[in-house]
Amino acid sequence: MRSSGWFPRTMLGVGLTFLYAPIISMMVFSLNNSRLVTVWDAAHSPTLKWYFELLGNDEILDAAWLSIRIALISASGAVILGTLTGVALARFGPFRGRTLLVGMTTAPLVMPEVITGLALLLLFITLQQAIGWPRGTGMVTIILAHITFCTAYVAVVVQSRLVGFDESLEEAALDLGAKPGTVFFRITLPLVLPALVSGWLLSFTLSWDDLVITQFVAGPGSSTLPMVIFSKVRLGVSPDVNALATIMVLFVATGITLSALWMRYQYRRRERDMQLATAANL
Amino acid sequence: MSQNLNDRGRRVVMGIPLVWLMLLFLLPFLIVLKLSFSQEQLTIPPYAPFLLWVKGLPHPQFHFNNYTFLFTDPLYVSAYLYSLKVALVSTFFCLLLGYPMAYAIARAEGTGRSVLLMLVILPFWTSFLLRVYAWIGLLKHNGVINNILMYLGLIHHPITMLQTDFAVYVGIVYSYLPFMILPLYSNLEKHDVALLEAAADLGARPFTTFVRVTLPQSIAGIIAGSLLVFIPAVGEYVVPSLLGRTDQLMIGRVLSDEFFENRDWPLASAVAILMLLLLVVPIMLFQHSGGRQIESHR
Repeated sequence: MRSSGWFPRTMLGVGLTFLYAPIISMMVFSLNNSRLVTVWDAAHSPTLKWYFELLGNDEILDAAWLSIRIALISASGAVILGTLTGVALARFGPFRGRTLLVGMTTAPLVMPEVITGLALLLLFITLQQAIGWPRGTGMVTIILAHITFCTAYVAVVVQSRLVGFDESLEEAALDLGAKPGTVFFRITLPLVLPALVSGWLLSFTLSWDDLVITQFVAGPGSSTLPMVIFSKVRLGVSPDVNALATIMVLFVATGITLSALWMRYQYRRRERDMQLATAANL
Repeated sequence: MSQNLNDRGRRVVMGIPLVWLMLLFLLPFLIVLKLSFSQEQLTIPPYAPFLLWVKGLPHPQFHFNNYTFLFTDPLYVSAYLYSLKVALVSTFFCLLLGYPMAYAIARAEGTGRSVLLMLVILPFWTSFLLRVYAWIGLLKHNGVINNILMYLGLIHHPITMLQTDFAVYVGIVYSYLPFMILPLYSNLEKHDVALLEAAADLGARPFTTFVRVTLPQSIAGIIAGSLLVFIPAVGEYVVPSLLGRTDQLMIGRVLSDEFFENRDWPLASAVAILMLLLLVVPIMLFQHSGGRQIESHR
C-alpha cells in the first residue's frame, strides 16, 4: 500500500525528463563545434573551444565578478535580517506589528518581480532627491534590493526550523541562569545553524540569478552576469552561453551533493551522540 | 524565551527587520501609488510633482488619466487578460504534472524519496534565466525537438513552436514546477496511510480512495502550490521575452517597456498598481495558507 500506482510513477518519470532534458541538451551542445548551436558538427566535436572563448570574454568575466560580490554581501545581509525576522515570528508570540511583519515576509515570495523592481527604483530615486543618498544607482542599490527580497526567504527557512523545535531547551537554559544573549548564542543559534546555512546559500543563488529586479535598480555602468546573458540570448542562442550554463550547473550540482552528504554525516553523528547520551544516563 | 528576553532586546530583534522592510518594501509601493496619479513630464525625474505648494499649503495633485488611458486602450486590456490566461493555463498544467509527481515522491521509500526530492529541487538552484534559455535550443525551427521528430519521420516540415503560446506555457510550467511540487509534497507526506488502507479494506477502488480520501486532504497543498505559481506567472517577464509571441505582450513586459523605452514612469506605475489590484486577493489567500502551513509544522 505504501508505493504509489503506475500513473504517479509514470508522471514522475515524465516530469523528471521534462526537468532535465533541456539542461542536458544545453550541456551536450556546449561541446559542439558549430556556431549553429543546434546542428551537431560531428567532424569537429566534441570540443572545448567555447569554454576557452569564455575565459577570454572580459565582459562576462567582469559581470560574473560583480555578481559574485553582490551575492556574497546580499546573502550575508539577508541572513542577518532574515534570522532576526524568523526569531521574532517564531519565538515572540503575538506582538504589535506581527501581522505586518508576516505580510512583508510572505508577499515578496510571490510578488511579480517587475513590480518590486519598479517600486525599489522609484524609492531610490525619491530618496536621492530627498536626502541625496544613494548617489545614483549601481552596486549599492542592487545590494539593498537583493537583501530585501532574500530576507523573506531566509525568514521562512529560519522560522520553520525554529517552530520545529520547542522552546523548552531555551527555557531550561534561562531557568539555569543563562542570560538571554548567552541562550541565543549557545542554544538558539546552533539549533538554527542548518537553516542559516541553507538560507545563505538560497539567498546567494537568488541574488546571483536575479535579472528583473536588478535590471531596474542597476545603473548604466553596472551589468551583472544575468543582465549580460539576457542581452546576449535575446538575440538567439549563443554557444558560449551554453558553456557558461554547463559550468554553473556542474558547480551547483557539486555543491548540493556535497552539502547533502555533509548533512547526512551531521545527522548520523547527532544520532550517535544521542545514543551515547542515553547509554550514559542508564 | 518570550517572557524572559528583556524588552529592549526584543524590540531590537523585531524592530530592525520591521523598519527595514517598511522602508524598502512597503514605502516603495506607496511611492508607486503616488506616482500613478502623476503626469509624465520632460524633466528629471520625468514626472510632475505630486504636491504643489500654494500659499504655504500643500495641494496634492491627483490625475486619473493614466488609469482611464489603461482602460480605454485595448493594448493594455488585452495584455492584462492575456497574462491572466497564460497564468491560469500554466498553473493548471503545473498542477496536472506536479500533483502525481509529488504523490509518487511522498509514497517512495526512505533514501529513494530524498534523492527524488533533491532531483526536483536541484533545477531550482540553477539559473532560472539559463533554464528558460535552454528551451530556445529545443523549440526553435531547426532545434532539437524538430530535428528528432523529423529524424524519426513523424513530421516532414519543422513545427513552429518558438514564439507561440505553447512555448510560454512550457517555459512557465518548466520553471515553476518545483514551486508546485514542494508544498504538495509536504502536504501529501503527512497523510495517514492507515486511512487509505481502511478505505481499501472497505472495498473502495484506488481511484475512489484517491478522490474521496487523498484529494480532499490535500486541498491546502493544492492552493498553496497553485498560488506560488499563479501570482508570479501573471507578471512573468523573462519567459515571454525569450520564448513568447511578439504580437501579444504580457503585462510584465508592458510595464517594463513603458518604463524603459517610453520613459513614461507614471503610466508604468499605474500598470503596476492595476496588476497589484488583480493580485491582491490571491496574495492574501497565499499569506493565509502560507501562514497556516508554517503553523502546521508545529
